[in-house]
Amino acid sequence: MFKTFIIGLVLGVLACAGALYAFPVVDQLREPSLVTVAANGGNVETLHVNIPTDRIVVRAPGQAQTLPAGLAWPADEKLQPIGIELYKIRNERDAVIGVVSRTAVAGAQSNDWLLHLPARGSQLITVQTSTLPGGVRRGDLRAGSREFANRIGSVAVRWFPDDSPDESAEASADTTAPGGRIELITNYVGKAD
Amino acid sequence: MKYLVSLLLGLLSGAVLFAIGLLYNPFNAERGLSPLSVGNTPLATLSYTRVPAKSIAYTNNGTSRIRTHPESIAELWEGPVRQTDVMITELHDARGQVAGIGVKFSSRSENTRLLQGKALIDSVWYVYLPDRGSLFIEQSENYWPFIRDVVAPAYRNSANSWKGTWFGDLTDGPGALGIARVTGVAGEFQGLTMEAVESLSVLAYSTDKGPVSAEGRLLIATPPGNQSLDDSEASE
Repeated sequence: MFKTFIIGLVLGVLACAGALYAFPVVDQLREPSLVTVAANGGNVETLHVNIPTDRIVVRAPGQAQTLPAGLAWPADEKLQPIGIELYKIRNERDAVIGVVSRTAVAGAQSNDWLLHLPARGSQLITVQTSTLPGGVRRGDLRAGSREFANRIGSVAVRWFPDDSPDESAEASADTTAPGGRIELITNYVGKAD
Repeated sequence: MKYLVSLLLGLLSGAVLFAIGLLYNPFNAERGLSPLSVGNTPLATLSYTRVPAKSIAYTNNGTSRIRTHPESIAELWEGPVRQTDVMITELHDARGQVAGIGVKFSSRSENTRLLQGKALIDSVWYVYLPDRGSLFIEQSENYWPFIRDVVAPAYRNSANSWKGTWFGDLTDGPGALGIARVTGVAGEFQGLTMEAVESLSVLAYSTDKGPVSAEGRLLIATPPGNQSLDDSEASE
C-alpha cells in the first residue's frame, strides 16, 4: 500500500508538471484581425468606438461633469488643462478588441492616443487637432509594442455623428452608437530595417 | 479498494508537493539589483500609488478581488479585454511633487511560464508631464516574486493579510537584462529612445482588497549625453 502511495505521489508531481508545461496558463481571446492590403502597400485596419456605449472615462478641462460620476481629478494646477478619455475599441464586426485612451491638452496642436489590443500589442498615435477636408484628422504611429513594434504608418480619425442610415429617432435608439462613432483607419507597413 | 484510496492520496499529496516546490523553487533566482541602478546615466524617478482606490481611475473585468475605482466605472467584461486592467494615476517626481499623469494598460501575458518562475504581464504606459512632453513605455513585468513573497503569505495568514516591507523590480523585458523600452513622443523627449525599470514597494496586502499600502516607481534613464530627464530638472 505504501508503494502505491509513493507511485501516486510521483504521478501527481509529474501530472501537475506536465499539465503546466502543456497547457497555457494565459490564453487571450482573439478576434480575427480584419486587415486589408492597401494598393500602395501597407496593412489597413478599421477600428471604431461607439458613443456612448464604449465610454469608460471622460474628463475634459474646465468641465465639472465627468464620467464616471465621482471621478476625482487631482487639484494640482498644472494638471487642470489635461483632458483624458478612455474607451473600448471595436473591429469592423463591432466586437470589442481592446481599449484606447486619448490625452488632449488645452491649446495643443495634437493629442495622443494609446491603443491597447491585449492579444496583439499597443500603439501610440499622435493625431493632429486640425481637420482635413472631409472631417478627417491625420495621425502618425509614433511607437508600438509586440505586433506593432517595428511598424511605421499613419492613422485617419473621423467622427460620424450617427451610426444609423435613417435619421429617425427610433432608428437612433436601436443602433449601438446612438451618439455617434469615432472611426480610426490605420495604415501600417513594416520598417525596412 | 485500499490501493485505490492510497493511489488517490498519493496523487493529491503529489499535487500539493508540486505546488510547494513551484512556489519555493530555489532555482528561480532573485534578479538582484536593477542594471539601471549601477550605470552612470542620468535617472529620473516617477512614483505613483499602487492602491487602486487612491488612483484617479482603475478598472478591470469586475470579477477580480481588486475593486474598480470609482465604483461606477465601466468594467472590461468582454472576452478580448477580460484579462486587462487599466489605471489612470497621478505621477510624482523624486521630491514628491506632482509631475504629471500616467495611463497604464496591463494584460496577462501568454508568455507566462510558471515552471520558470515567470508570471508575466504585458503593460504599456503613456506618461504626460506638463510643459515637458510625453513618453511611451513598453514592458513585460514579472509578478512571480511578489506572488511568492507577499500574496502567498497573505493567503496563509489567518487574518488573510500580509504586512511587512517588500521591494522588487517588476520589469522583465523586452530589453536585455530585463529593461523596459521608452520612446519619447512629444516635447523635449521627442525622438529620444530611453530605458526604464518599474519597481514595486509594498507595506500591506489584503486577500480581499489587494494592495492596501503600496507604491510603484518608474526609474527612467536617458541616453548618455542627454540630461533632459535628470531629477534635478524634473522637480523644477
